[in-house]
Amino acid sequence: MADLSCNVAGIKAPNPFWLASAPPTDKLYNVERAFRAGWGGVVWKTLGIDPPIVNVSSRYGAVHYNGHRMMGLNNLELITDRPLEDNLKEIKQIKKEWPDRAVVVSLMVPCNEKDWKFILKKIEDTGCDGVELNFGCPHGMSERGMGSAVGQVPEYIEMVTRWVKESSDLPCLVKLTPNVTDICHAARAANAGGADGVSLINTVNSIVSVDLDLMAPEPTVDGKGSHGGYCGPAVKPMALFMVTEIAKDPETSNLPISAIGGISNWRDATEFIVMGAGGVQVCTAAMHYGFKIVDDMIDGLANWMDEKGYKTLDDFRGAAVQNVKQWQYLNLKYDVKARIDQSTCINCGLCYISCEDGSHQAIRETKLNGGRHYEVIDDECVGCNLCMFACPVPECISMERVDSGTEYQNWTTHPNNPMRVDQS
Amino acid sequence: MTSTDIRAGRLSQDELAENFSDHHPPLSPAYAKVESDRCYFCYDAPCIEACPTAIDIPNFIRKISTGNLKGSAKDILTQNIMGGMCARVCPTEILCEGVCVRNTQEEKPVRIGDLQRYATDWFFESGETLFERGEPTGKRIAIVGGGPAGLSCAHRLALLGHEIVIFEAREKLSGLNEYGIAAYKTVNNFAQREVEFIMDIGGIEARTNHVLGRDIKLDDLRNEFDAVFLSIGLGDVNELGLGDNDPEGVFNAVDTIADIRQAKSLEKLAVGRRVVVIGGGNTAIDIAVQSKKLGSEDVYLVYRRGSQHMSATWKEQEFAKSCGVNIKYWLSPKSLNSENGHVSGVEFECTKLNSDGKLSFTGESRFMEADIVFKAIGQSMQDTIFLDSETPEMKKGKIAVNNAFETSLEGLWSGGDCVKSGEDLTVQAVEDGKQAANSIHQKIMQG
Repeated sequence: MADLSCNVAGIKAPNPFWLASAPPTDKLYNVERAFRAGWGGVVWKTLGIDPPIVNVSSRYGAVHYNGHRMMGLNNLELITDRPLEDNLKEIKQIKKEWPDRAVVVSLMVPCNEKDWKFILKKIEDTGCDGVELNFGCPHGMSERGMGSAVGQVPEYIEMVTRWVKESSDLPCLVKLTPNVTDICHAARAANAGGADGVSLINTVNSIVSVDLDLMAPEPTVDGKGSHGGYCGPAVKPMALFMVTEIAKDPETSNLPISAIGGISNWRDATEFIVMGAGGVQVCTAAMHYGFKIVDDMIDGLANWMDEKGYKTLDDFRGAAVQNVKQWQYLNLKYDVKARIDQSTCINCGLCYISCEDGSHQAIRETKLNGGRHYEVIDDECVGCNLCMFACPVPECISMERVDSGTEYQNWTTHPNNPMRVDQS
Repeated sequence: MTSTDIRAGRLSQDELAENFSDHHPPLSPAYAKVESDRCYFCYDAPCIEACPTAIDIPNFIRKISTGNLKGSAKDILTQNIMGGMCARVCPTEILCEGVCVRNTQEEKPVRIGDLQRYATDWFFESGETLFERGEPTGKRIAIVGGGPAGLSCAHRLALLGHEIVIFEAREKLSGLNEYGIAAYKTVNNFAQREVEFIMDIGGIEARTNHVLGRDIKLDDLRNEFDAVFLSIGLGDVNELGLGDNDPEGVFNAVDTIADIRQAKSLEKLAVGRRVVVIGGGNTAIDIAVQSKKLGSEDVYLVYRRGSQHMSATWKEQEFAKSCGVNIKYWLSPKSLNSENGHVSGVEFECTKLNSDGKLSFTGESRFMEADIVFKAIGQSMQDTIFLDSETPEMKKGKIAVNNAFETSLEGLWSGGDCVKSGEDLTVQAVEDGKQAANSIHQKIMQG
């Protein structure tokens, strides 16, 4: 069977599935149950300097879509609300009881060297495997000059990372906020400061919904609301993009990545690993369905690896990065056309109307033997895939390659490109 | 041979209340949301095509999903003013739900009927107003028959600003919705609530207990009004043809269905221990099931052809069976046996289809004991309605109409069960009334 063990920035774990710093990892009771369920590691809910923070009541907002609950979740919770010593004691205990699992401690203290040194000293005594610097939390703490307020300024990231690395030998992950225009600046700063790796993404600035009676954003706290941090399946595409950007950037391509963002199953996780992540962190899915989901994650990844002949995660880690190109290098000669499998078509007409109103008018609606019938007009079909996605029947519409497969031309040499490279 | 056993109070009041409660309870808001999200919002959707009143089903379902229930109810009721009743009584399995594309995919259509009921129930509870009467036109139209076709026609014409007088033979409006449908299908006096809602538009006067041919004459109406719409349904019941006089204990199913609907207390209704229902349509199902629900021990529904030939749908047949009704196919009534003038059983001949598709007898016979026999083999036009008046052209026992629901007589339109437009369904009657109203409006506003 495949070996799922991982090593992210020098932090080892029996499998790449870790729980992200959040309510599921805020105390011994939870973490113990998580380890028993099979999670490879946890990033302990962010610690700060005492006195502990206080939280509001009514903390989460959610986006449900078409009957699917919690496509996206947002929260306005802060870091741990428990005394530092309580957390430290429990971290020490869990690490002792579960020596093979990764126990990483997330940290967030005010932006001065003294506080960082103080807390790191405390942490080292727990026997934990590493620290994660929370430069991502986008609400509450950022107003106090912490969290994403640090993560949005590359100079601060580098500075604090350097303090940490100078004060402690523990492997150090820097957790990045997605609330920036270019994630690479943040990753480069972490790298320059000596980080052993980065973890991303933290949550996305968001207002998930508005109560139209109260005229206030949700979750609503006594008639008022605040923006929160968005996570869950909805943010996965953004996270995947940002992880890929860092993996592609020559300056950070060797920087270990612990990927976070809407990972709900082994397939999501594997996508992040082939985009360069050494391991993944999960939160919303565990908050939704409980710790048990890790069973399928471990099983599914192992079975997939066996099927593909991969023995270790390193056998395929980053394997897809090389295929992420700038648009201008995509083959303009490549051509696909929609194909409707008439035997599974249920005649809902959604392919027709989506193409008719939303795309290239390339599907014809006709009657066949008195019934509704849809067919693709090849000359009009540009291969956009829209009908395939609108179709509610899995695999009823597929895209077939119709070009010769031997020609290649990209935008850099295309006659319509005023800036084209002269081929002669 | 056992003696006749007919008596009231076979079941307790609680049992009767349970048996005659809403047989198909409404969707909860949470369920309605889940179910509405199942709709694919098909383009040019097959369900719209299958609905005789062409309700824009995907649109009204989408509006339920977004919480726009007023918009949803308006979509439904604009096309079908009796959308509330139709949500309860339409055989959706052969209409909208029968063609839902989800059938092809997972054999489980979107519950369109239940969603329609959800939206219309919301409307009836809301106290909202959906329709406003147009400017008065000064035109007066007589509608004979205050059933679904007549009320639908009246509402549409009133909406267009005309003055309407409905002449209804019975005491209450609503026709078969009030008198001809099983009680458990439409509880809490819904038929009358719907009538109130329809009359709320204004400009409609109802004259009940007015029988055409007895209290009013068609010629007079045609003289007095700008137009007349005949929606008199089918007033007569087809006979078994087994002799001139039925013994006691043989009833027309439609009469008993009406009695059950109008009964103040069900425990006072006399019920036979052994009941035989002869027929194959909804009326047969409704009387058979209600007999069972009233406490009859053995209820046989007997039809002379096969299951697939019954006009009651597969779903209604299944429902009847689930209620404990025994359905016997391929038996044709031969004679009614009686003792002391009261029916004691029915003799049936076994039937089969010949290779040429014709029904024939196999030579075998069956006998069923019965305390009560219900005849439910269809209805026909009464022959007294056109007394002393010019009679419109008839076609196959019904009033002949063209596509605009015009009869052969000037100024006379007709629709509902007394014409042949589509299936004999409430929803078809509503559509007939609506289309006839549009046709009448067009005609009388020209001249």
